[in-house]
Parts: sequence; C-alpha cells; structure tokens
Amino acid sequence: MAEFVMPILGADMTAGTLVAWRKQPGDRVERGDIIAEVETEKGLIEVEIFTRGVIERLLVEPGTEVPVGTVLAIVGEEGVLAAAEVEAPTISTVAAGVPPAEAGRVRSSPAARKLAGELGVDLTSVHGTGPGGAITREDVEGAAAAAPAVSPPVPEPDRQVRLRQTIAAAMARSKREIPHYYLSTTIDMHRAMAWLAEENLKRPIADRLLYGVLLIKAVALALKEVPELNALWSGTQAVPSPAIHVGVAISLRQGGLVAPAVHDTDRQSLDELMRNFRDLVARARAGSLRSSELSDPTITVTSIGEQGVETIFGIIYPPQVAIVGFGKVVERPWSVDGRIVSRSVMAATLSADHRVTDGHRGGRFLAAVDRLLQEPSRL
Amino acid sequence: MTKEEIKATVLRLLGEIAPEADLTQVDPDVNFRDQLDIDSMDFLNFVMALHESLHVEIPEIDYPKVVTLNGCVEYLLVQAM
Repeated sequence: MAEFVMPILGADMTAGTLVAWRKQPGDRVERGDIIAEVETEKGLIEVEIFTRGVIERLLVEPGTEVPVGTVLAIVGEEGVLAAAEVEAPTISTVAAGVPPAEAGRVRSSPAARKLAGELGVDLTSVHGTGPGGAITREDVEGAAAAAPAVSPPVPEPDRQVRLRQTIAAAMARSKREIPHYYLSTTIDMHRAMAWLAEENLKRPIADRLLYGVLLIKAVALALKEVPELNALWSGTQAVPSPAIHVGVAISLRQGGLVAPAVHDTDRQSLDELMRNFRDLVARARAGSLRSSELSDPTITVTSIGEQGVETIFGIIYPPQVAIVGFGKVVERPWSVDGRIVSRSVMAATLSADHRVTDGHRGGRFLAAVDRLLQEPSRL
Repeated sequence: MTKEEIKATVLRLLGEIAPEADLTQVDPDVNFRDQLDIDSMDFLNFVMALHESLHVEIPEIDYPKVVTLNGCVEYLLVQAM
C-alpha cells in the first residue's frame, strides 16, 4: 500500500487545492501517470504518481484546499484487495489530521471563496460543514442569507498576487539562509552563433534552434564535470543529484516567473531539448505544468539578455545550491591572436551556495561552460 | 491576398501569441518585441504561424525585416506575390 500525498511544488508551497481526480478507485496506475489536478499559485498543475498499483480510495474531494503532505489517495498493489483491510483514513479522518488553520487563514473551496468575495461574507465568521470543516458554497450562501453583508466585498488575492508572495518568500529565505558567492566570466559566442546561423539555414522553421538551448545544454554537460553544483540542500548538507534536471526560468505574461525542469537535460539532443523547451514555455504560460517539472530542478538557468541585460546575478532557488545567469549577446572589441576584432560575447554568471562549493569549483564550472560553447556541434 | 488581409492575419497571429496585448494600440513602426513583450520563443512561434497561415518561409537573416507591423506586411506582400 502506498499513500499519494499533496506534493510540495516549490520551496515555500504550504497548501494546494485539489481540483479534479483523473483516476478513480479501481483504476490501474503506472509511474508517471497523471492522477490529479491541483491548483497552486503557479497555475493548474497536473500531478503525477511515482508508484504503480491500483487506486483503492480517494480521500479528498475536489475543491478542497489541503496542506502539502496530506494524504490524497491510497494506492494498493495490483491484485491485493486492501481497501477494506488497510487502516486507510477516510475523508473525515484525513481532514481531522489537517493542522489547524493558521491565524487569518480559513479552509474553504475556491468556489466558496469566490462567492464570499462576491457576497461580502467574512469567511472567518462562517461555520464550515465540508471535509475537515472546510467552508462550502452552501455555507457561504447560508451565512449571507442569515446576515446580509453591509461592508463592501473584499476581493481574494488573485493568482498573480499569490505568485508574487510565493516568489517573495522563496527569495527572502534564500537570501536569509544561503551564503551566496558570485562569479562572472565573458564568453566568446562567435563560434556558437555562427554555427547556429549555419545550422538554422539548413532547417525548416519548425526545426530551428534558439541559442538558449545551446546554453542549457552546455550547463548540463558542465555539471557532469562539477557535480557539486547539481545538488539539493537537505538539513545540514548538500545531497548530490544523480540526475541533471536543469530548471529554466520562464517569465509569465501576467508577471512573475516559474522555473520548471527539463528532465535529464544532459541526455537530450539539441533537437529534443528545443522541442521540450518550447513545450515547457507554452505550458508554463498556459498554467498547465506537471508536478515533477516543478519539484525536480537540480539547478536553475536564467537569461534576461533579451531585455538588454548584460550581466545577471541570480538568487538561488532553495533547496538548489546554484543558479546560472546568461546576459545579452553583444558585439565587443575582442583580442584574437594579438589583433583587436569585433566579437559576439556574453556574460555568464554563477551564484552558488558557499556552504557547498568554493569559488575554485565555481570557476571551473564557468570555464567548462565556456569551453563547451566553443564546440557547439558537439553539444 | 491584399495588404489589408495580410495585416489582419499578422495581427490575428500576434494576438494568439500575446493574448493579453491590446492590438488596437500597436504602433506599426515599433518593434513587436518592445511593445508586446515578445521574446525569442514567441517570435519563433510567430514566424512558424506565418509559415502555416501564409506558406511563407522566412529565413533567420530576414527576421529584422518582419519585426514591425509595417515591415512585416510589406515583406509578406512581396513574398506572397
């Protein structure tokens, strides 16, 4: 028997709202199957399961907000009738196990919150009759009928506000807990850009590559040479990750950003990376990422060179231990064999956790990224 | 296609890529990237969408010619002839 819990989809996520089940009791599930949809400040997330078996019991009803770690479903072994035998909690017992609401925070369904905002009902004064005392639409309607609101409705913070709050919490924690050190180097991008232009000339539009894909792949390969930077901080030490899942910072049109993982980045060809990167950007902006993409990054790459920024000193996203920044590709005077020529160059920066690595290792990493970009055809 | 039809197609495709943008306010001589907050991925998707809609293959070297509404319409008008 295994428990399927509300996953943590970011360093400071505390709760999520179960929106819908994709599987029902009796359905077989395989590793990687999407079994639920969860609403967070990062959008509607498709949640995968990482065990195989048969769904025995669903414990949380759609529309319910629960803290991370709450058991959402019980998954049994195939062929083993366990639903009636295991001491699986029921919806009411799960709800009873939920920590009491924090001050100023009320457990309620999104529909109930929306309705309360429309009717001007103060949720803290409403008695909840849903699972675990969660407030339902009917509770809100009842409260509104019993005591018509006289104060103007207070709108619930929208997703953009909550996303900003989440970023604020993660970045504040990072600056508070992680002793950053910062390194920068300037990389000659002449070969990489020339190779890319020649390559794209041969390709149909749909198969063209963006230079950002070269950067992502170079980072992934450089991490194989300096694996200490590909790790997650856990308690008092860094735990190296056996897989390289580069998180790519994607700005959202409404504001804010997410940094989902491109899984096994080092193993993907440039074509595969480009396809997956395009898909990731589209889904990030549509608000339909998968849980593993948000929980798995082992390092982050960020680039705002298109906004004209030449050098980026990023803030590490906990529990990762490094973030790599790439600036704008610019034309600069450059010395080649004793002659000054005009060259396309780009600043690459590393912000790293000094508890885990020192500048010496960080410098070797940036040198590896530089070297790899000088041979773009081998990426 | 007429110039107006091409312009309408370009605006429609931009609207699909940047749905929050107010396309009635697009300055026809200012770079899309600057006024619609379009990045390189968006621009590649835009070029792909033009290809699918108008069957025009725009090489990378011509990208600077299609970064404004007026420039894009003129370029496509010539290519479509």
